[in-house]
Amino acid sequence: MNPSSVTAPAHQADAHAHHEPQGFFSKYLFSCDHKVIALQYTLTGMFMAVVGVYMSYVFRMHLANPTAHIPFYGVLSPAAYNSLVTNHGTIMIFWVAMPVLLAGLGNYCIPLMIGCDDMVFPRVNRLSFQIFFLSTVLLLLGFIAPGGAFGGAWTSYPPLSAKADYNMTPWGNKIWLLAVALEIVAFLLGGINFITTAMNSRAKGMKMFDMPVLVWMIVIATIIFMMSVGPLVAGAVMLLLDQTVGTHFFGAQGGDPVLWQHLFWFFGHPEVYVLLLPELGVVCEIICVFSRKPLFGYKTMVYTTFMVGILSMVVWAHHQFVAGIDPRMASIFSLTTIIISIPVAVIMFGMIATMFKGSIDFKVPMLWAVGIIVEFLLGGVTGIYLGSSALDVYFHDTYFVVAHFHYTLIPLVAFGGFAIFTYYFPKVTGKMLDERLGQIHFWGTAIAFNFVFIPLFFSGLAGEHRRIYDYSGFAELATPGMLKMRVIATHALLVMMAFQLPFIWNVLKSLFAGAPAGANPWKANTLEWAADSPPPHGNWPELPEVHRGPYEYSVPGREDDYWPQNAAN
Amino acid sequence: MSDSVHTEAHDHSHPPSFYYKVYGVLLCLLVVSIVGPMMGGLTVLLVTAFGVAVVKALMVAAYFMHLNIERKYIWWVLVMAVCFLLVLFYGVAPDVMKSHGVNWKSLSTPPPAAAEPAHH
Amino acid sequence: MSAFQIPVATTRSVTGIPTGRLAIWWVLASEIVIFGGLVTCYILFRLRHPEWAAEAAHTKLAAGAFNTFVLLTSSLSVVLAHLAATKKDTVNAKRYLTYTILGGLVFLCVKAYEYTSEISHGFTITRSVFWSFYYTATALHALHVVGGMTIMAIILPDVAKGKFLPRVEYIGIYWHFVDLVWLFLFPLFYIASAA
Repeated sequence: MNPSSVTAPAHQADAHAHHEPQGFFSKYLFSCDHKVIALQYTLTGMFMAVVGVYMSYVFRMHLANPTAHIPFYGVLSPAAYNSLVTNHGTIMIFWVAMPVLLAGLGNYCIPLMIGCDDMVFPRVNRLSFQIFFLSTVLLLLGFIAPGGAFGGAWTSYPPLSAKADYNMTPWGNKIWLLAVALEIVAFLLGGINFITTAMNSRAKGMKMFDMPVLVWMIVIATIIFMMSVGPLVAGAVMLLLDQTVGTHFFGAQGGDPVLWQHLFWFFGHPEVYVLLLPELGVVCEIICVFSRKPLFGYKTMVYTTFMVGILSMVVWAHHQFVAGIDPRMASIFSLTTIIISIPVAVIMFGMIATMFKGSIDFKVPMLWAVGIIVEFLLGGVTGIYLGSSALDVYFHDTYFVVAHFHYTLIPLVAFGGFAIFTYYFPKVTGKMLDERLGQIHFWGTAIAFNFVFIPLFFSGLAGEHRRIYDYSGFAELATPGMLKMRVIATHALLVMMAFQLPFIWNVLKSLFAGAPAGANPWKANTLEWAADSPPPHGNWPELPEVHRGPYEYSVPGREDDYWPQNAAN
Repeated sequence: MSDSVHTEAHDHSHPPSFYYKVYGVLLCLLVVSIVGPMMGGLTVLLVTAFGVAVVKALMVAAYFMHLNIERKYIWWVLVMAVCFLLVLFYGVAPDVMKSHGVNWKSLSTPPPAAAEPAHH
Repeated sequence: MSAFQIPVATTRSVTGIPTGRLAIWWVLASEIVIFGGLVTCYILFRLRHPEWAAEAAHTKLAAGAFNTFVLLTSSLSVVLAHLAATKKDTVNAKRYLTYTILGGLVFLCVKAYEYTSEISHGFTITRSVFWSFYYTATALHALHVVGGMTIMAIILPDVAKGKFLPRVEYIGIYWHFVDLVWLFLFPLFYIASAA
């Protein structure tokens, strides 16, 4: 053995009684427990989701009727419109999708699914959340800074973002950049924890291919994040110097504004897959559990996910087809963009094949999971139009693009978030959610969602440009037909927001008066369901040992149609 | 060295003198990388400055960071990171390094002050 | 707050690599892409602007070479500290770690001298994009030097008591990486003035 390694034998550490920290502060605010940190991330993310939805509510109301007084806001000024649109995008990606889907889900599930008592570096984990929380506060402070919050779009292209003379937000632009940088640091710390935990701390008997596919996908997503974010960190430092010191990295005097676009999208496109993969992992888990069938092609899924990860690093310039990039590169990036739909399609077909001939039980989590597949398919198919450079020249910066990425991200973030929430609510709280309220919530949200964004596809095809404060100045965009599309989308958004009320009521009701869930309400195999609901500090009285893969459902010759990973026989 | 990877993967059995030897080689390479470019010529410069930097880096990684006796996939993790940088380089190079296109020409020139610094 | 307990997870080692060292390698992988992103941007610009050779001629080759020497030496001392730590030789581990911190200090002093001299001769960060890159890259690197020195100073008392000795190895690997980055920054900014 290496004398320099940590050689404390595991059984010795096992003997430690897990002393649960006492008192509100050490138990909930400054806890190192992965479950508490996961909840902190998730709740912060859900709070920011409310903020982000409120912003979209304000500018959608404004677009439907540009002169109106918006309830709960007032009259929207052009500068405020820009900062709301910018921060809506930033918040939804970096402060909702990342904390809920990656940090929250990963923190909760990785240690529970691989059978250990915590993350390998609990204090680094806590630091990660604290930095994230700081970044949240910083971003929101932008709104009370002199000049208002940053309004140069969530992609923050220079020279608009580089000089306060152009963007008119001398404080807002720097605050925005710092907040994003801090947020990235938080997820780098968390990500190293994720990867190391999954690599090094699996339960006794758990081989690499005994890990649930969700853990694989979170780890691969984290690796993509780590590998792609570096150049953006460097770029953020350069942009910050452009803003504060007056260098010209991205300016006209010797610098190059297109360089920022490359650095941003070198991260920005893999980021889409960082959000996609954990979601697909959850969908795999849910579909297996509610179809009572093994996952179709487990190893193929894992290898395909690696393929998605690698390909996702070579598609980024399809965001820049109209930025004057080299046309030869545009062809290459078109090609890679179309190619990446193949492994994603393989994963989707794997999910559908898992459901095929299964005994499907449409409980609420399953509804959300199937909803993700259906809606994400629409988003993915419209992406093929945008991926071909010839078509993208016409679609770029129209509402077609807006509708496209909302059709991918809302299934992932909102539907996926609800799928996670409804699937793991019994585990986290020990109470069951109400099925009927959950179904009302699902159908209301899913149908209204389509009515928000299908009109936007059409108005985009008709040439409606993004990022315009008031369309009345453009004769061809101010026609009654175009206005009707905007009004339908806005009304559907209001309906969609209203359908969140059953969800909130459901959560409150179930928290206080829900039926007790028991340890394994869904009769699932993976290790987290072997722990109590909610799992205590340390997760298990005795850490589990793994005897088989995670998807042994409906094994012939067994009485039960499931076979927990830790069951001895 | 590589023969013993599997048998003594975690035995850092080098005596201190081994590290002094590596250090000596590194210092010699440092001298080469400084003196080499003074000989003139682009090829000599590229080989002596950057080629030697790569060799030095690999030596530090292998012997000081003990990558030579670390599990092999750590190499792959680090090489993967470098590969993605190459992708970044070749993806960005056609744009950033281009000074003219079909209908345009870059106007960016070094600022006039760069001609001769105001000092001495 | 109750005393922190190391979870069982930290003590497991399925890959055969201790958890701390595995994490350090991933930290370095993410650092490679951060520095690599910056250096990639610099190389792109450098190839585009041959006239930067004249600018690069104003960086101080002798100071840069001396700093390379200092960092290589400190790399040696930190590997010797690690060697001592594996033998539970806390006296020597502490001694060599102190040498490494001093090496970092010398490096920073030389760097400060360079910056002062360059700025006083008008080569400021806003003078041209070459100098912007020069200051950004070297300052980012210097921040990593400061970070490494700080961590070493923090673990020094524990090492002297013989506690957490594997940490000497982890900080050592990090320190070698800082050295390694400099090995590339040195030819990029100091030597390649002839081309």
